[in-house]
Amino acid sequence: MADSGYDEWIAAVEAGEGYYLECPEGHGSLPPRRTCPHCGALELGEEPLPESGTVETYSVVHVAAPSFQGDTPYATAVVDFGPVRLTGVVRGVEFDDLEVGTAVGVTVEEHETTGDPVVVFRRR
Amino acid sequence: MTSVRVAGVGLTQFGRHPDRTGRDLFAEAAFAARADAGVPRQDIEALHYGNFMGALAEHQAHQGPLVAEAAGLSCPATRYEQACASAGVAARQAIKDVRNGESDVVLVGGMERMTNLETAEVTESLAIAADELYEVRAGITFPGAYALMAQAYFSKFGGEREDLAHIAAKNHHNAVNNEFAQYQREVSVEEALDSPPVAEPLHLFDACPITDGASALVLVSDEYAEEHDVDAPVEITGTGQGGDKMALQDREHLAQTPAATKAAEEAYADSGRRPEDIEVAEVHDCFTIAEVLALESLGFYDPGEAIGAARRGETTRDGDRPVNLSGGLKAKGHPVGATGGSQLVEMTRLLRGDHPNSDVVADAEVGLTHNAGGTVASAVVHVLEVVN
Repeated sequence: MADSGYDEWIAAVEAGEGYYLECPEGHGSLPPRRTCPHCGALELGEEPLPESGTVETYSVVHVAAPSFQGDTPYATAVVDFGPVRLTGVVRGVEFDDLEVGTAVGVTVEEHETTGDPVVVFRRR
Repeated sequence: MTSVRVAGVGLTQFGRHPDRTGRDLFAEAAFAARADAGVPRQDIEALHYGNFMGALAEHQAHQGPLVAEAAGLSCPATRYEQACASAGVAARQAIKDVRNGESDVVLVGGMERMTNLETAEVTESLAIAADELYEVRAGITFPGAYALMAQAYFSKFGGEREDLAHIAAKNHHNAVNNEFAQYQREVSVEEALDSPPVAEPLHLFDACPITDGASALVLVSDEYAEEHDVDAPVEITGTGQGGDKMALQDREHLAQTPAATKAAEEAYADSGRRPEDIEVAEVHDCFTIAEVLALESLGFYDPGEAIGAARRGETTRDGDRPVNLSGGLKAKGHPVGATGGSQLVEMTRLLRGDHPNSDVVADAEVGLTHNAGGTVASAVVHVLEVVN
């Protein structure tokens, strides 16, 4: 199944060319979008995703849905990249070392249960 | 404008009924509500019905006419799906239906069947209340999403797991006498703290259980109540609904729920009441942290102040404003699509004086219910009052 807009975005992040959508007012959002969710502007352009973000909140998940059961325990986080926030899995950081404010970069890797692509944050 | 009275209420036992069909569960609640109201079935002009995951759990969509038939009704029937706020929005539409003169008598409620699925399947089904592309594919479960909110709250305002454990203990204590509750047993603070982690910082006893059940209410116009001599001492005087961005990552706040704030402000304005007028509340505690976020959105506490409310004894049964005297979702259970209706049922019983915990709030005349959808991308608030 294809998900136009999202699939291209995932591929771009995987290639190290992540982007976000920006409206004339400077609001950031993620595809697929036909309108800015903040102000309704119709003119959306692609801007490069900042290379580094900071963990705004996180959790270590022990009970997963079937599609992630082989990955447990895993850490998830919402990371602030400035114009947009992203949600994903944190890898390469000991759970005990993970904290709000940790600086991370974003990439796309396979997750263990299904091999599907997943947004991954790694410490910078 | 026509006033909306609660003429009758009904619930099934909340718990495990894996072999009972959804239509049977709803019919039981609907029959109980109709019997309580003493209203003939022919007078019911519409059914407003909440259900979330029936298409997954029972391979059954288009449930409105199905459950109307099961309940012995022959009237237009509509299903509302708003994740965990499904019955809340169904009730709001039912109230509008009566207020605008479209109907004098309506049935409202909801049903969810969940325990016929394995826990992992339920986890997957509940997760679709989150953003599929940007949250579910990133490994976010429903407890995982609330865990992100809990950690954000702790980071911004402070608080610790023990504060949350006091909420679990309080709500279990309240459920002990509630014959409809899934868990009619005490849970100590220590037991809650020692339970296994689900999505840290949330542990098993921070989470509501997986539950089957149904709720139903008969709502009537005050003209109908007067004309037919219906005993309906509780009126729904305020209704409000608010919304927010679907995904947590797109929200302005990760440790606050503005959708509930908007819903509350609308319900307060509609009823002419203020937060300080509310004497008792049933709030959406799908996870212990959700109760904290609710109490702040409802204006009972400033942001960052509600985390210790249960620990300080302010929201316990002997506190100034008892919260979740039914046991809440935490102990009473959370059959997702039925929950918003069950909160209205419990509040009606508390205010009428026929709830096992009514003596705790014997003089209370004003109550509130708060029903949240997903990670509070939607919220519905109602104000209920005793009238003569």
